[in-house]
Amino acid sequence: METIVFSLLNGVIYGLLLFMLSSGLTLIFSMMGVLNFAHASFYMLGAYFAYTIMGVSSFWLALFIAPVLVGVIGMGVEKWGLRRVHANGHVAELLFTFGLAYLIDEIVKIIWGRTSVNYQVPDSLNFTLFTLYGADYPAYRIFMFFVAVAMLIFLWYMLKKTRIGLIIQAALTHPHMVGHLGHNVPLVFMGVFGAGCALAGLAGVIGGNYFITDPAMAVQMGPIVFVVVVVGGLGSLEGAFIAAMLIGILQTSAVSINASLADIFGFLGLSPASEVGEITISSMAPMLPFLLLVLILIVKPTGLMGDREV
Amino acid sequence: MTDMTTNSAALAPSSGEKFRERVLPFILFGLVLIVIPFFGPSRTTMTLLNHIGINIVFALSFNMLLGRAGLLTFGHAVYLGLGGYFCVHILNWIDAADGGFWGNLPVFSMPVFGFAMGALAGAVIGWPSCRRAGTAFAMISLGVAELMAAFAYMFDSLFGGEMGISGDRMAGPEFLGLSLGPLEEVYWFIAFWTFLGVVAMYMFTRTPLGKLSEATRDNPERVQFIGYNPTRVRYLVFIFAGAFAGMAGGMSAVQDEIFTPESLSLLPSGAILIAAYVGGIRYFSGPIMGAIVMTYMGSNLSDYTAGWLLYLGIMFICVVMFLPDGIAGIVFGFWRGIRSPDRGHLMGKWAQQLAGVFLLAIGIIVFVEVAFRWSEGYGEVWEPFGIALPHDAILTWIIGIIPFVAGVAVLRHVTRKQEEV
Amino acid sequence: MTKFTRAALAASVSFMAMAGSAYAEMKIAFIDPLSGPMGPSGDAAFTSYKLAFEHINNEGGINGEQVELTGYDNKVSPKESLVQLQKAIDSGARYIFQGNGSSVAAAIIDAVNKHNARNPGEEVLFMNYAAVTPAFTNEACSFWHFRFDAHADMKMNAITDWITARDDIQKVYLIGQDYVFGEAVAAAAEKQLGEKDSSIEIVGNELHPLAKVKDFTPYIQKIIQSEADAVITGNWGQDMTLLVKAAADSGLTIPFLTFYGGSLGAVAALGEGSIDTLYQVSEGVTNQEASDEQYALIEEYKQRFPDYDYYYHRAFVAAEMLKAAAEKAGSNEPIEVAKALEGLTVEGAYGPVTMRAEDHQAQQNLYISTVSKDVKYGVDNIDLGWVLVDNGTIDASAAEEPTTCEMERPE
Repeated sequence: METIVFSLLNGVIYGLLLFMLSSGLTLIFSMMGVLNFAHASFYMLGAYFAYTIMGVSSFWLALFIAPVLVGVIGMGVEKWGLRRVHANGHVAELLFTFGLAYLIDEIVKIIWGRTSVNYQVPDSLNFTLFTLYGADYPAYRIFMFFVAVAMLIFLWYMLKKTRIGLIIQAALTHPHMVGHLGHNVPLVFMGVFGAGCALAGLAGVIGGNYFITDPAMAVQMGPIVFVVVVVGGLGSLEGAFIAAMLIGILQTSAVSINASLADIFGFLGLSPASEVGEITISSMAPMLPFLLLVLILIVKPTGLMGDREV
Repeated sequence: MTDMTTNSAALAPSSGEKFRERVLPFILFGLVLIVIPFFGPSRTTMTLLNHIGINIVFALSFNMLLGRAGLLTFGHAVYLGLGGYFCVHILNWIDAADGGFWGNLPVFSMPVFGFAMGALAGAVIGWPSCRRAGTAFAMISLGVAELMAAFAYMFDSLFGGEMGISGDRMAGPEFLGLSLGPLEEVYWFIAFWTFLGVVAMYMFTRTPLGKLSEATRDNPERVQFIGYNPTRVRYLVFIFAGAFAGMAGGMSAVQDEIFTPESLSLLPSGAILIAAYVGGIRYFSGPIMGAIVMTYMGSNLSDYTAGWLLYLGIMFICVVMFLPDGIAGIVFGFWRGIRSPDRGHLMGKWAQQLAGVFLLAIGIIVFVEVAFRWSEGYGEVWEPFGIALPHDAILTWIIGIIPFVAGVAVLRHVTRKQEEV
Repeated sequence: MTKFTRAALAASVSFMAMAGSAYAEMKIAFIDPLSGPMGPSGDAAFTSYKLAFEHINNEGGINGEQVELTGYDNKVSPKESLVQLQKAIDSGARYIFQGNGSSVAAAIIDAVNKHNARNPGEEVLFMNYAAVTPAFTNEACSFWHFRFDAHADMKMNAITDWITARDDIQKVYLIGQDYVFGEAVAAAAEKQLGEKDSSIEIVGNELHPLAKVKDFTPYIQKIIQSEADAVITGNWGQDMTLLVKAAADSGLTIPFLTFYGGSLGAVAALGEGSIDTLYQVSEGVTNQEASDEQYALIEEYKQRFPDYDYYYHRAFVAAEMLKAAAEKAGSNEPIEVAKALEGLTVEGAYGPVTMRAEDHQAQQNLYISTVSKDVKYGVDNIDLGWVLVDNGTIDASAAEEPTTCEMERPE
């Protein structure tokens, strides 16, 4: 019981963080067809910017400034990099972001060093909120929860209730038509790319001190974000949300299941001493998202909620 | 209408042209392979050459998918790894056997087994994944690569855990008098199979299946109209690509005598993607050039500078942005250019571009080197040609910024002029 | 001729002159990651060797030959290591130092064995300073391989000794990464605790996926439920840091006995949560009692390489042992040096170190330490540092493990 409660609680928070990362990527991916390999690098940049800004002022300032900075960098990348590569096709675009991820990693190492930095939770949030089954529950996690939910509401409002949101939604499904209607589609692209990066940056600001801020954080986060986007379905924020929650909970709760394959398939004669029988569900947890990805793409290539094929 | 029918026969290349374009390059390639050992390369060079040979086959097999069939994959190393693992196991069986089939099997034949294993793996994994093309295919390959790497760490008896499995290439009977002990003998082994692999993969592009794979890349619907099943075409090409990757794995098993689970992971898959793309995926010989350049840089650039990864990243981005045809594009463009009538004009343009790139490179190198020393050089100062360039000196900034700006200006100027024309 | 080219020429001429006038040199190759994600851990060791050999060179070198240490970047890939190994051997290096990653070490042991068998007269020695898989000095032992770090079972010996000496630890929880090393650590802990003190109960034995878990709170929850008094883990990298971080966040303050708690950046990432929670076993810590020369060395290292801390004490020991062996043999020939190394003892800063002849495994004192404030030397450039715990000194004889090695010696 305790394990389930903890897994759910942490799974939801992790899922929200994943959604924060993947919402930007979904917007970019569905609108421009670009799978931005460097998306997790912007997440990392957010964490490092926040660390530096926190050093000279406060965490609260960093919470606002760092995502904006990351967004501006994202816009620059779109304007001077991606747009130029666009003519060479999707593969070239994808490879461009692939190389960009490399580059950002290296530059981060030059500026902030090659090991982890001491980016800590601010003192004002560093206390125990409540005790659950004998374990302290840090307030910062609840704070993360609220930031993520606030962002979610803001994003929903933006997309569904404002004019900009309407244009973006239209451009998601019919980019050419939007262009024909006289909207500046390149500007919309640039804005969406920047906003997507800023969301990733925000995830970095609140995720960096929850996890560890080091140059490897982008590589560790990267593939899983793709999985969320593809599983969720193209052009569907709702799908991305469901997929993020699913994978967040799947990853945090499957690790606490100790049953091995022999326990489950023992009736088929699988011996617990054999190499296959030994495998536990918890050790398979990190592979589940990828298994899900492969299965979903084979069975339903539009993803959970999408209406277009990837 | 009549015009077209008569012309198509005349358009076919003459036998002289056929020889020049389809046979001569391979004769030259074979000659180069034969001549290399007579220069007495060191063992380091030999090792490097052997790895280049392996990567040539690997990159070409990768390009059967990306360049020819338009299938981007992030998991091509899976097939090399499985083929290689299989061969290392065979090496151990040969070592353990006395007599029998394994006891009489020369190690020289390893790539054949790698080929078979790669084909098998391609047939199994390709079955579900080839039903999709484009991004879905790419994402499936990413997922499969992650899954395979994770599996490899789980099954110690097959993959040897973190330490992998090693074998001895000197086991079993000799073939053609090659004991495969010294590196020179391994070179002949690699050269033989590299040549065979390159020729076989070229011949593949001339088969109806090879042609169809290109058609499927460009217009799958049209392929369907004329009565072929694009899924089936993709699947068959995928099996062949896996098989040739497995063959490279077999070569690698003999050269390195060890395979570890990380050889199945995303890292080597990404590296071969970069190599093939930098070489130029639109030319058959592009991946060969890419494999040569990237293998050399991957092993040797780190001797000269701590920032080698950054240089590779910058180079890769520049190729993607400005040279989508890669190294092969430059080479063939140059070759066509010097034979074209307005070569004088082209030469001038190239000279300008070269100067621009050179200036730009100086600027970038100054920035990168100074930045790396500032970040982790422990107070060391970069001194190219005896000029000290500390990070806080104005001179450093001048030497960095001026060539950079000048290079950009020259390159933009050339591009503008080209657009005007 | 412009000024620029003239300067270039002058520089290259003077460089060649320098290279030409160099006297007899003993070439040593250091093969480890020097770039990429694992770069820092390779670089921290490389800088240690650099300083160690610099000191040796200043005192006249080894048998009158100056040591030339060259770093080769293997990008932690076993295959790339073989390329770099060949490069090193061709450049004349006869001594290879490596430590990061048992996969790389296994590849190098295999390659060195084959090289030495195929190229008699050109033997090279492999000095392993950090790859701790016990097999390397047991069933897979080699005459050409020497290990200067205590292997995993010896470190576990130190940990279990310390636990049995503490009466307040009755329940132990084992957690590790789900691969060969994690399994070996858990098995060793179980076996040794059972033999040493049957009253100690193992209340949990868990393996988790390698480098994939983002949030360890469910595991911490399990540990709290089990009412364990201490946790033993072989985790390294982010798995170690995140595990201890989750414990600190949940208010769990019991000892986490680790092999790799001292690795670069761990204390910085954990901050004050690591105090009295993060424990490590190592061959010495900077804040323990030592000679003035040792303190001077620690300070010199920190001043020269401010990014890192004096951590690889064994690098200095290994360099010193190499020198002592070569001088005992009166030769810099690897075969002679290898023979002289067997059974050799040098007096290290934290106790004597002996290279056991049967399996080429260094025997040395091990120390259990934890993180504390107000220390002489901090780590990761913050004010926290490692201090020895009570009864934290484990004598070399107590840490020693038997070996199954059947060494094949040349001739």
